[in-house]
Amino acid sequence: MDLLTLSALELSAKIHAGETTVREALDAAYRAIELEEPRIHAFVSLCKEDAYAKAQAVQERLDAGEELSPLAGVPIAVKDNICTKGVRTTCGSRMLEGFVPTYNAHVVDLLESAGLVILGKTNMDEFAMGSTTETSALADTRNPVDPERVPGGSSGGSAAAVAAGEVRLALGSDTGGSIRQPSAFCGVTGLKPTYGSVSRYGLVAYASSLDQIGPIGKNAADCAALYAILRGKDQRDATSMPAYDAEQNAPYIAEHMNAVHCSKTPDEFVSAVKDYSLAGKKIGIPREFFGEGLQEDVAARVREAAAALESLGAQIEEFDLPVAKYAVPAYYIIACAEACSNLSRYDGIKYGYSSPDAEDLRSVYINSRSQGFGMEVKRRIMLGNFVLSSGYYDSYYKKALQVKRLVQDALTAAFERYDMVLGPVYPTTALRRGEGLSDPLKLYLGDIYTVMVNLAGLPALSLPCGADADGLPVGLQLIGKPFGEGELLGAGNKLQITINN
Amino acid sequence: MEYEIVIGLEVHTELATASKIFCGCTTKFGGEPNTHVCEVCSGMPGVLPVLNKQVVEFAIRTGLATNCSITRYNKFDRKNYFYPDLPKAYQISQLYLPICREGFVQISGKQVRIHEIHMEEDAGKLIHDPYDDVTLVDYNRCGVPLLEIVSEPDLCSAEEAIEYLEKLRAILQYTGVSDCKMQEGSFRADVNLSVRPVGQEELGTRTEMKNMNSFKAIARAIECESKRQIAVIEAGGRIIQETRRWDDNKGKSFAMRTKEDAHDYKYFPEPDLPPISISESDIDRVRAALPELPDAKKARYIKEYGLPEYDTEIITRSVELTRLFEEASARCSSPKDTANWIMTELLRLMSDAGVLPEDLAFDFASLGKVIALVSSGKINRGTGKKVFAKVFAENVDPESYIREHNLALVTDTAAIRAELEQVVAANEKSVAEYRGGKEQAFQYLIGQGMRALRGKAPANVVGELLHEIVGC
Repeated sequence: MDLLTLSALELSAKIHAGETTVREALDAAYRAIELEEPRIHAFVSLCKEDAYAKAQAVQERLDAGEELSPLAGVPIAVKDNICTKGVRTTCGSRMLEGFVPTYNAHVVDLLESAGLVILGKTNMDEFAMGSTTETSALADTRNPVDPERVPGGSSGGSAAAVAAGEVRLALGSDTGGSIRQPSAFCGVTGLKPTYGSVSRYGLVAYASSLDQIGPIGKNAADCAALYAILRGKDQRDATSMPAYDAEQNAPYIAEHMNAVHCSKTPDEFVSAVKDYSLAGKKIGIPREFFGEGLQEDVAARVREAAAALESLGAQIEEFDLPVAKYAVPAYYIIACAEACSNLSRYDGIKYGYSSPDAEDLRSVYINSRSQGFGMEVKRRIMLGNFVLSSGYYDSYYKKALQVKRLVQDALTAAFERYDMVLGPVYPTTALRRGEGLSDPLKLYLGDIYTVMVNLAGLPALSLPCGADADGLPVGLQLIGKPFGEGELLGAGNKLQITINN
Repeated sequence: MEYEIVIGLEVHTELATASKIFCGCTTKFGGEPNTHVCEVCSGMPGVLPVLNKQVVEFAIRTGLATNCSITRYNKFDRKNYFYPDLPKAYQISQLYLPICREGFVQISGKQVRIHEIHMEEDAGKLIHDPYDDVTLVDYNRCGVPLLEIVSEPDLCSAEEAIEYLEKLRAILQYTGVSDCKMQEGSFRADVNLSVRPVGQEELGTRTEMKNMNSFKAIARAIECESKRQIAVIEAGGRIIQETRRWDDNKGKSFAMRTKEDAHDYKYFPEPDLPPISISESDIDRVRAALPELPDAKKARYIKEYGLPEYDTEIITRSVELTRLFEEASARCSSPKDTANWIMTELLRLMSDAGVLPEDLAFDFASLGKVIALVSSGKINRGTGKKVFAKVFAENVDPESYIREHNLALVTDTAAIRAELEQVVAANEKSVAEYRGGKEQAFQYLIGQGMRALRGKAPANVVGELLHEIVGC
């Protein structure tokens, strides 16, 4: 039996049926990693010993008849900005190269209690700042489709690991497109959940008001199962929200939601996703999403995907979203402002990199930060400090918050008319290595289709919809209403079945 | 030229919550360094704050007790700066929408306006080790909830400033939001001070004075700084806007930093905490549970118990003294006696022992017991004072202490009479002298009688019985 061709749900089903074991699944994953890593470099740490111990424990729980989840026994990779107790969590930075958290992120606890087995930590752009994974100080991750291309970023390691078949599932984080864009570049499926639907406790913060953890997988159904495990209120994250708490969400559910979101267990959620029908659903396409700078065959594949959705019963309609052009600058102002504050704690005093050649407190701060952070991180810290400085706050940060509000209002208005909004994930397919680093501004502008979603706090799904002339994957983006993950995954699942047939 | 002093005060008070503002760690003072910490309050990567609701309730309570309006929709902001005692390199505070605004505190003759009250977290403590010449950090205090209470510049002397601070402290203690122990740093005040020629409307340039840890030090710092500023102006100089550090040992202040090198705190809204919505009914609930405040208590003591205003002024200054007064007077049913004992005996014992009201450690009912024992004639006043001193120092129970040490007065008249008859018999000479009209001789007999009774009979009873025995 070739375990590597199975989806995560299929693998877990086989483990549940006793046709294979958690250990065999883990063995297969580590074999694939051994094979692929020299070429891909998706991981920065593997935790074999711990993983085998956990696998054994999961097997025992399953053998004892304990009901864990539809993903029990499945090996999973975790982005290296999500804290894992006892396993170093580097954020792709020299600053945290030796940092071993004393606690688990909430999502890590959730994975463990659902019986998934974490086998390693994946590479990423330093502190999630970047869209190529090239800003990592630890590893040089390649795109499995073409190793001369970047995997995208910042969750490049997670997307590459899934694309290379090293794992079926991975956790990523998305602040401005960091799950969706690498998923598109590598040809896998990634979900950026509604802000607040997955706890951020233990996610090393980049831009707190925009960061979300989400699943990356082979297909929408696997992502649905993982998302259903991750979502929900966490007492340790004040911005997290209950997944299906009738009382809390009742008015909103009544107004906007279908039954998918309300299904309680991961099993129920997955079957609701699979039962989802596109018949009569309205999908809007912003005209601005097909403007200048968009690679032609990306536009073509996305339009073909729209046509496929239409053939599944959806109604497609174009609309104007003029606020789109302000989203990128607003995003970079807000993200950098929050980042400069979030990253201030790395001062070389308590943990992380501390400069060996410092003489006094001031030089501990200056040398540790100068030596510990890479260029892109420094650039964003400087930008953030600038836009928050007294005298500039009103003209930059405050204005950016106003744009954020306009984006939210425009999308809320769009969702009065549409069930989903469709567009590309990124203007191009995977960039060549080094191409993005030479022109940071151009790279920032590439985030045009993804950052709006974070500004508005909405869920969005990135899924493969064919390839360009070079055979590089093209990503389709479906944007949903708040807590509309079920609908996105349902639509994505139908589309994937159609495309695969 | 005559000058007037303009003072505004910023008070930081630590709240008496059981746990910290954004995590579950204890707020207990002391403890081995870095033992009251967790990932959250030590600012490890990836952690998030969760607001302790008790802090909001305490802030509302304080706002209502100082006549503030409560901001229905308020939120936290980040104040960014690097310092080793601040592990996140930002303090979660409130800048744009503080929880309480525009209140006042009444002191004699004027209302001192409160500009705002906001919630924030305390930082850790730096401890300099002079032997190894290193500075160590204790994060135990990180995340202890604070209220910052900012007054308008309505005060114009050290006396007024102290009166305001005492009143504010009493309010915070009455409402139970803080123990206000200055020696433990749970009540700290920074002084903003400027001077201007009398009649000038425009405010002078101000300085901010930090590091005073007693009311006396604050008063001294105000006196000293106002004199310094006037001297600078008189000499033709200009006041520089700066932060100064008070050195109480040297009795003078030193410039810390000027406006030019002041921090740019780069405040922005805290993204990890949702805004706080306070409803009318939340406010009503807190208002209904508000305890009697100093002014109301004072008025009631005067009206209900007929206490002199001076006494009520002293007693209501501290919530502990009012608790003592109320418990003790309930026990002995004599509010006036209780107030007298507090004003004389207790305050003397406290000042001799250097004990503050919040550190009183005896059972408050015991004072009432002592007073009742004296007024019922069980013990005399002198014994009462001695017993109360024991109560104060060792929290003894007055009744059992008296019993154990055999201090009760003899009330059996037959027994007293028998003792006195022996005294009379043994002092025939004095009896004769008294009968001959020598008053002093009778005093001598009383003295001898008291001595024979070892002081345990009421003096008036001894006198009456002696008269009977001697026969005139």
